[in-house]
This record gives sequence, structure tokens and C-alpha cells, in this order.
Amino acid sequence: MSEPMEPGRFNRELRKGLWKENPIFIAALGLCPAMAVTNSLTNALVMGAATAFVLIGSSLMVSALRRAIPRQVRISIYIIIIATFVTSVDYVLAALLPTAHKQLGAFIALIVVNCIILGRQEAFASKNAPALAVADAVGMSIGFTLALSMIGAVREILGNGSLLGAKLLGAWYEPWAIMILPPGGFLTLGALLMFFAWLRERAERRPGAEDERRAA
Amino acid sequence: MADGEASSVRLVASLGVAGLLSGVILVGVYLGTLPAIERNRAEAMTSAVYRVLPGTTRIETFEVRDGEPVRYEGPEGTLPKGEAVFAGYGEDGHLVGFAIPAEGSGFMDTIKLVYGYEPTDRKIVGMEVLDSRETPGLGDKIVSDPEFHANFDALATEPRIVPVKKGKKTAPNEVDCITGATISSEAVVRILNDSTGRWRPIVDRMLASGGASK
Amino acid sequence: MDLVWIFVSASLINNFTLAYFLGLCPFFGVTGRIVTAFRLGLANIFVMLITAVATWILNTFVLPYAPYLRLISFIVVIASTVQFVEMAIKKLSPALFRALGIFLPLITTNCAILGFALFATNRGYGLIQSLVYALGAGVGLMLALVLMAGIREENELATVPRILRGAAMSFFVAGILSMAFMGFAGLFHGK
Repeated sequence: MSEPMEPGRFNRELRKGLWKENPIFIAALGLCPAMAVTNSLTNALVMGAATAFVLIGSSLMVSALRRAIPRQVRISIYIIIIATFVTSVDYVLAALLPTAHKQLGAFIALIVVNCIILGRQEAFASKNAPALAVADAVGMSIGFTLALSMIGAVREILGNGSLLGAKLLGAWYEPWAIMILPPGGFLTLGALLMFFAWLRERAERRPGAEDERRAA
Repeated sequence: MADGEASSVRLVASLGVAGLLSGVILVGVYLGTLPAIERNRAEAMTSAVYRVLPGTTRIETFEVRDGEPVRYEGPEGTLPKGEAVFAGYGEDGHLVGFAIPAEGSGFMDTIKLVYGYEPTDRKIVGMEVLDSRETPGLGDKIVSDPEFHANFDALATEPRIVPVKKGKKTAPNEVDCITGATISSEAVVRILNDSTGRWRPIVDRMLASGGASK
Repeated sequence: MDLVWIFVSASLINNFTLAYFLGLCPFFGVTGRIVTAFRLGLANIFVMLITAVATWILNTFVLPYAPYLRLISFIVVIASTVQFVEMAIKKLSPALFRALGIFLPLITTNCAILGFALFATNRGYGLIQSLVYALGAGVGLMLALVLMAGIREENELATVPRILRGAAMSFFVAGILSMAFMGFAGLFHGK
């Protein structure tokens, strides 16, 4: 018995992870990697890709098996599934991208305790058809990678004068080393959150915004 | 999601099946990626050996068993599972020196490096950091700072290597530390001292018994 | 390896939360009560110590034969330990159990515990070193939690600009704390 999918549902589930329910900026989940591996844009992208692989794979599997997994042991089984994907991505990365693997180190393994993944299994994948679960996972993954990339780009440009390893700012720029050091992670995310709060305030104060809200 | 209360048998069975499937998949992934991972490791080490022993054209690999180096008989392009050291030979077949991997604790995490050791003069002729997690912008200069690396082109190891402040190097066994990265620089020196202290007698013995020369 | 250095490094110089970004969920989520933060920190230390012993046993006797099982076995150990600690606290102090609420089972997904286990494995620590490292990491985590809770308590009475309220403010505070802890870098020079 599969639920008929209303048109546009797939797109809606996918889009919500991008902004409205962005895992990092809104839900403040998965923060550990957001700080630790965003000292360069390259690292942020690799981490985003690895997390996406785990999230999409796990969501697909959990959703496909959702009727077979007994309720009492569901968390344990989700964790087994997630850990299997994470270990796999760890080995595959070591085989295909050894430099990136060395840079990210133990943080690849730490994807397994990224609250986003377990959260989506419990909140969505276990209750929806595989197609929707994948849409949700893809949206969340893109949102997560987007957030990580923003933080990574800011930290790398300000802290190293480069982007993706290529020198962007000339020799005149004295890099703010603090940005690629731990405090830089906290400050960058804080600044981005502040910027988004400011954007939201402006949007709310726009004439006609009140009507839009009422119509929603 | 399954409805209602499931029996204990069902719970244990589903956990068991999940665990078993997971195990099978993991064994598969592990074995499938092992050749590539081993290859990457061997390539990284081999290219580093060529760099820390300038003039090397042929490398001989030794496996360290019970503290003694034994010629490695494994397949071409692979490294022994445990500790390994390497002998580098030049174009005319003479022994350039030994490349010895070493590691120790740095400021942030373990520093892994490999250095080239010339046994006749007892000098270090090259050093390369293989893995480090030192402070970006400061400690991680031990990886790429050319001035720091120049220290290791002809570094005397006797009586021991001594770290000094930048610019104060006067003796051949002294190393100019990186400004602002004293702890990381001193860690490198300490790792080299420990390693040369351990390997000097073994290398001397190897040469005396003709184990490594050609 | 110098045990004192391991402890001081994990708790101050390379504080698990402020330098390695581990344990951020409780760090940003825990309420602004210093006492609760302190007790959560203690629970974490306890879980870490037990995890240190269990993972050392796994690393020494089991995992050399099946290295790909490392992640799964570590997680299982941590989850079981947390479950056990949860039951113990519930029995010994129902008030504390209620106060900690959701944060107790969340210790399982706390990156600090798994992170500690993975770091200790990568560095090849023996049993004693692991235990000291666990103590240092746990104390460091507790220190960060208590500091954050204390600052939060103070901030409740302060006027915070609207766009900074909530998460943004917490992150700026964390950034400043992280910078402050960088001052410990000179500690133990020439150990």
C-alpha cells in the first residue's frame, strides 16, 4: 500500500531543507562538523558530500524497511545502518581522496553522531515513502552543505586569502589567522546568524509582509 | 513502522539480521578499498623517501621485526604492515642513506615525519612531515616553511640536535625554530633525537655486517 | 608520554569544546543554570572514563582482527554506557534525573565521547593514558559548559540587540571564550 503523492510534494519536501528548515542555521544541528572542518571551502564541500551520502543512503534504507523495523529497537537499527554507511564512506574516501581524508580525519567518523541524520530518520524517513524520504534527505544535505560552504568560504577567504586553495587576495592582504583557528568558526557562524536575523527583520518590516503572512 | 508490540524473538532477530548485514557490507567495503588504500600509503611514503634522500634512484624496503630491520619480501609497490625503514641507493649503486619514519606528540596531535639519514657523517640530509594537525598558520609551518626545512639539509646529529631561536643557529647540530611555533618546532627536534638515538647503533651494525651496502 | 601534559592539554590548551568543537550540542543547548551544567559535566566525565576502559579493551583484543567494526562497536559501547548511567541516576537521584531531562540520553550522540574514543585510538594511547585523557577531556568539557551557563545567567539580565538574540549571541560568546582559552597555549612550554 503506497500513499499517492500529490503533485509538488516531492519538491516541497526537498526545498524545506534548503532554507526554511536549514539544519545548521535554523535547527542548530550537526554543529560539530560545521565548525571543525570549515577552515577551508574544500574541506567543507568534502564533508558536505560525505554527509549527503550517509544521509541519503540511510534515509532510503530506513524508509524502505520502515514496516519491517520493530518500534522498540528502531533507534539501535538506525544507528547500525548509519554507522555502516559512515564506515563505508570513510574507507572509500581514504581510497579515492587520501589528502581530503587526512584533512578531515576523525570528523568523517563523527558523521555518525551528527544529530541531523538520526533526527531525519526518526522524524521523517521512518514515516514516509522512499521517494519522499530521499527528497527530504537531498534537501537537508544541500542545505547542510550550503551552510558549511558559506562558513568555509568566509573563513578561508579572510583567514588565508584563498578560495579552494587558489590565492584570491594578493600579497597586500594580511590574513586574519584567527579565522582559520577555532574562534573563527564560532565567530563566523555567529556573524552569519546575525546577518540572517537582520534579513528576516527587514523582510518582516516590509509593507505587505503582514498580508503575506496571513495568507500563508 | 511495525505496529503493536513485537515479541522478544522478533526484536532480537531484527537486531541480529541488521548486525549481520552490516558486518557483511563492511567486510566487503573494507576488502574492496584495501588495495587502493595500501597503494596510496605506499606511494606517499615512497615519494617522500625520494625527497628526503636526494640522489636516490632505487629504494630497498626493510620490515622492522623485534627492533631489527629485515629485508621486506612483499609484492612490488606495497609496504610492510608494521614499522618499516628504507635504504636509498644512487645511480652508481652507492648507499645514499636511510629513510626512517618517526612520530611523536606535537602541540595539537601526533606529528608523523620521515627523515633521510646519512650514516657515514651521521647527518640528516632531508626531512618531510607526513602527517600533522598543528595550529594552522603557525605550527603547520613545519610542513612547508622552506627556511625551517633548510635546517635539515645537512644537520649533524651528534651529540644531539639542539633547537635554538630563529636566527641564532651557529653549530651544524642546531635547528632554527619557527617564530611563533616553538612547541611544534621543538617537537620535530625531539622526534628526530629520539629516532636517531634509537637507529644510530642499529644502522652502524647493519653497515658493519654488510647488510645494506652493495 | 607525559600524563600531566595529556591532562592539561585536553582540559585547557586544546579544550575539547573550544578548540576541537566537540560537545557543542549540550554546550549551546544546556540551560543557563550553572549547577545543571556542572552535573551534566560530571555525567559526561563518568561516561568518558568507562568508555576509555571499554574502547581500550576493544582496541587491544578485538579490533586488530576487524578494524572496520571500530565505529559500530564504539557506538554500541557508548550507547550502553549512557543507558546504564541513566538508570543509575534515575535510581540514585530522581531530582537530578528530571533536571538533566533530554540531555542525558543525548550524551550518546555527544560528539565529545565518540571523538575522545577516536582520538585516543589514533594516538595509540595505553590504558592509563586513555583514562587520563578521558579525565582531561571531561573536565575541559565541564569547564566549557559551566562557563557558558554562567555567562548565560549573566546575559539574562542584560539588554541584547534583537538581531543578536538567541543563537548568534551564544556563538559570539563561544568565540570569545575560545580566544581566551588560546591564551593557555604557552602553558607547559618546554615540557
